[in-house]
Amino acid sequence: MTHVAILGGGPAGLAAAQGALAAGARVSLLDEGDRLGGQFWRHHERLTDPRLQHGWHRFERLRDALARGDARVHVGASVWSAEATDLGVRLRAVVGAADADARTAVDVEADAVVVATGAHDLALPVPGWTLPGVTTAGAAQALAKRDGVAVGRRTVVSGAGPFLLPVAQSLALVGSDVVGVLEASRITALAAGWLPRPWELAGKAGEFLQYAGGLARHRIPYRTGSGVVRVLGDERVEGVVVAALDADWHPIVGTEREVACDAVALGHGFAPRLEAALALGCDLRGDHRGRFVVVDDAQRTTTAQVFAAGEVTGIAGADAALAEGAVAGFLAAGGALGDPRLRGPVTARRRARAFARRLERAHGIRPGWTAWVDDATIVCRCEAVTRRAIAERADVPLRAMRLATRAGLGPCQGRTCGRAVEAIVAEAGGAPASVGFDRRPVLAPVRIGEVAALAATDPAT
Amino acid sequence: MIRITVDGEPVRGRDGQTIAGVLIGAGRTAWRTSQTGDRGVFCGIGVCHDCLVTVNGVEGVRACRREAVDGDRIEREARP
Repeated sequence: MTHVAILGGGPAGLAAAQGALAAGARVSLLDEGDRLGGQFWRHHERLTDPRLQHGWHRFERLRDALARGDARVHVGASVWSAEATDLGVRLRAVVGAADADARTAVDVEADAVVVATGAHDLALPVPGWTLPGVTTAGAAQALAKRDGVAVGRRTVVSGAGPFLLPVAQSLALVGSDVVGVLEASRITALAAGWLPRPWELAGKAGEFLQYAGGLARHRIPYRTGSGVVRVLGDERVEGVVVAALDADWHPIVGTEREVACDAVALGHGFAPRLEAALALGCDLRGDHRGRFVVVDDAQRTTTAQVFAAGEVTGIAGADAALAEGAVAGFLAAGGALGDPRLRGPVTARRRARAFARRLERAHGIRPGWTAWVDDATIVCRCEAVTRRAIAERADVPLRAMRLATRAGLGPCQGRTCGRAVEAIVAEAGGAPASVGFDRRPVLAPVRIGEVAALAATDPAT
Repeated sequence: MIRITVDGEPVRGRDGQTIAGVLIGAGRTAWRTSQTGDRGVFCGIGVCHDCLVTVNGVEGVRACRREAVDGDRIEREARP
């Protein structure tokens, strides 16, 4: 029987598990979270307000399929190594409470793997963004959904994309006053993305209107062509400077105004989690404005027996992740793309990818944002590296720049600042990097002692 | 209801919350000393490592990912 490993328990991973089971495989699914669902269905049985969940029945069906099938689920699993072998793939993880010091080693050897590692928020640097009270939009959402708490009493939500709307709604439902949702893209860009061929949008326009209605009910203003360009405060957030932004997201001089708040939620887009795919040798496409795993129609990567689905192949949302996951899992288990059971997912995938192209046209990051970052602004939060320090070394290879400035070498390994650092280097005339900050030899944080302990044992498959 | 201590001070939270959830619910926004001042939660999903705390003597635990357990002793970490 074919054994399919799945990295990630969000929409793409869960759909891949269901697809692989349907094609007759045995499944091992690993996810770092305490529960299945990924970021999209992040939850806690007792703490989550059901009004904050979207498509919850779909999650329940997928979870049930996994529970009924021949599947082993490892939650709380930090997969720190993934390698393609002659026989398939080998994954090594430690399983237990987050960052505990003696977690259990789990080794999974499988015939094929589906990389469904998802994405995290991409928050662009803003002067003052290291002050306590500034979080990513995803953090505000996660804390509202998972823990039932609000990141502030008066929150400004700023960035780009439709994700800001459910974040504002969640904040309002857990008791924060939301001062406003600031969308960087101007109405012309939004119209160019959202308006053409409205019949293709199907439920998406309805979703958008539902959120817009939610904002109106909570009296939350939605401003386009606008963004937080500076965070004010001494020891914590006391306010923000908001400016009008031009079509390139360049702040327009003279439009600045101060707004009092105690929290700021920033979300300018999403960055895929590529380290597992890179470790498995998969080719990427794109540049510092967005790198993704290359896949074919069967969701096959360029490495044999390695498939990819969801945000790692392109930021397209949960519908695309579900469709791609269904195809990837089915094919990884040896099923055929022409199988009638894949007709639905293949159609849904086409529609969801078209929607992703709209999103990019409407909300994609524009280069003018670097104008709101001054020389003294910290870009790499871990190592407190300023824009000036990075720009001064833009002419040396990226690796040398990192070693000289320490940008991207802190605990987060450049996950938070990587794209911003690359953009600043590119703007200052530096040479483009092929993989940038995305390659990380150890895929997830693991304690040295835990790895050392493995050497003394012979982990079972 | 659970009780934990943060640098010796008692803090109450709801059973099941992450350490970050308990701290934010208690009105705390910063709990780590960095090179540039205090930090708290930033990414909220285990990516950025800004929210690190020492839990029951074990250093470097992401507060946003670790579920709080009644009686946990949380201590501040300082970046030299």
